[in-house]
Amino acid sequence: MSEASVELARPRARQNGWWATSWRQFRLERRMFWRNPSAAFFGVLLPLLLLAIFGAVFSNNQHDLNVIVPGIAGMSLMSATFTSLAYNVTTLRERGILKRLRGTPLRPSAYLAGLASNAVANAALQLALVILAGRFVFGVPWPRDWGSLLIFAAVGVVSFAFLGVALSHLIPNPESAPAYVNAVFLPQILIAGVFYDAKDAPALIRDVADVLPLKHLVDGLSGAMIDGTGVGDHVVALLVLAAWGAVGALFAVRGFSWEARRD
Amino acid sequence: MMGRVTSAAQAIEVVGLRKVYGDREALRGLDFSVARGEVFGLLGPNGAGKTTTVEVLEGYRERDGGEVRVLGEDPGARGTRLRERVGVVLQSCGTYPHLTVQETLEHWATLYPAPRPVAEVLALAGLEEVAARRARVLSGGQLRRLDFALALIGDPELIFLDEPTTGFDPAARRAAWDVVRALRDLGKTVVLTTHYLDEAQALADRVAIVKDGRVLAEGPPDALGATRYRVAWRDDAGSIAERFTDDPTALLHELTSAALARGEQLEELSVTRPSLEDVYLELTTAADEPAPAVPA
Repeated sequence: MSEASVELARPRARQNGWWATSWRQFRLERRMFWRNPSAAFFGVLLPLLLLAIFGAVFSNNQHDLNVIVPGIAGMSLMSATFTSLAYNVTTLRERGILKRLRGTPLRPSAYLAGLASNAVANAALQLALVILAGRFVFGVPWPRDWGSLLIFAAVGVVSFAFLGVALSHLIPNPESAPAYVNAVFLPQILIAGVFYDAKDAPALIRDVADVLPLKHLVDGLSGAMIDGTGVGDHVVALLVLAAWGAVGALFAVRGFSWEARRD
Repeated sequence: MMGRVTSAAQAIEVVGLRKVYGDREALRGLDFSVARGEVFGLLGPNGAGKTTTVEVLEGYRERDGGEVRVLGEDPGARGTRLRERVGVVLQSCGTYPHLTVQETLEHWATLYPAPRPVAEVLALAGLEEVAARRARVLSGGQLRRLDFALALIGDPELIFLDEPTTGFDPAARRAAWDVVRALRDLGKTVVLTTHYLDEAQALADRVAIVKDGRVLAEGPPDALGATRYRVAWRDDAGSIAERFTDDPTALLHELTSAALARGEQLEELSVTRPSLEDVYLELTTAADEPAPAVPA
């Protein structure tokens, strides 16, 4: 009798399709992102701050500005995906949130899609901000090849997202996450031609940068935004970037753990 | 000992469960069953295999041997339907720090096909006053209640509670006990692990005492003690001697007639039914002693 009244009071069964589930997760991740001041700062403001500083330093040199804007665009795409996912997945795993979710009927693929979409949304937001700032503050023209820009941005975002998740498997706890992430991120932004023209770097540095993914993303973005050279002129760069993505995907899936690391 | 796993009336049936970590045997042929609507306690010292056992039942661990049925399904298959019907309170598990209690429950409710109303779960778990607070500012006891609430939001038939009150102050423990009793009144099946004897005694309809990956005894907490009697007296040397028996009449006859034959008295002779604590200590501290026969 009382059981029947409880039945009536219950909310209607939800739609738990894959897309509905990942969309709800995405919206939840967005809400939490904006509530976390440090994430919001590093995710959105820091790239703009760097752009402002370097833009001010090079304000009289349009050639340098033309290097900086696509460079910071590439760096932003990497930090929004690689850095934040490496940190987030480590934290979610070590806090036990992944394990808790694993005990619910939530579909893992829908959950991970929602989680990754949050990083992709940040990447898109930052790319838009950098392009707008470049156009209206630093006198860099609108991107010349939007198609190539979108292709490089998409491949870059997917590749760095997988690499970020793969790196999280190596990070033992949230406290050491910044050290691990920066050990990979900082050297790469320094040698990849984010803050200067990579052609001016010594040969050894260039060789190392050529093997790593970020330089190729910056090259592709630079071609699309500044030089008007499309995907056809940067096939190798796209392939290197995609190859890193494939390696990242392999390790991201293989090493994935829903539970905290314990001995 | 049970035979084959056949009954659908049981919420949980475990036969010969084995689990190996490296070269360490964590579970060595565990057997027990839990009836629907029952509060079942897995009792044992730290490292006995309680958590490993419930994590196999929850689908977190793969077993290395034996038969396991949870609500008629194999938890190792990790079926979505089974997870819709089971609620889990893990030992230490975080939540989203930047969400409020209410928001967290609302989100978790979307994961289940027929959730309980959020307001009802807030009341059941005693979280109404902190519903608008973010998880990061909650106290340890409040977080534990949020664990309960998240396990209940899907309106599960079966709830696992892994050491639900460890680290609680007495008032918080009583509150958690009330939640477990409320769950039983709702007709839920509850499996709880604990190393607190009073908790098992207070809450469980039946308990299994686990040590070194085996069930040493299984039955209602009171019956576990009732089958064996402790007979104690002060011996010639002035120290307390004790014997345990299933048949105190015969033992008393043997002891008293021997004493009378010697012309002695059995000072301070007493016959007591051991408490769950006595049984537990006897079972878990005595090494390699055969387990007493206990009706399940």
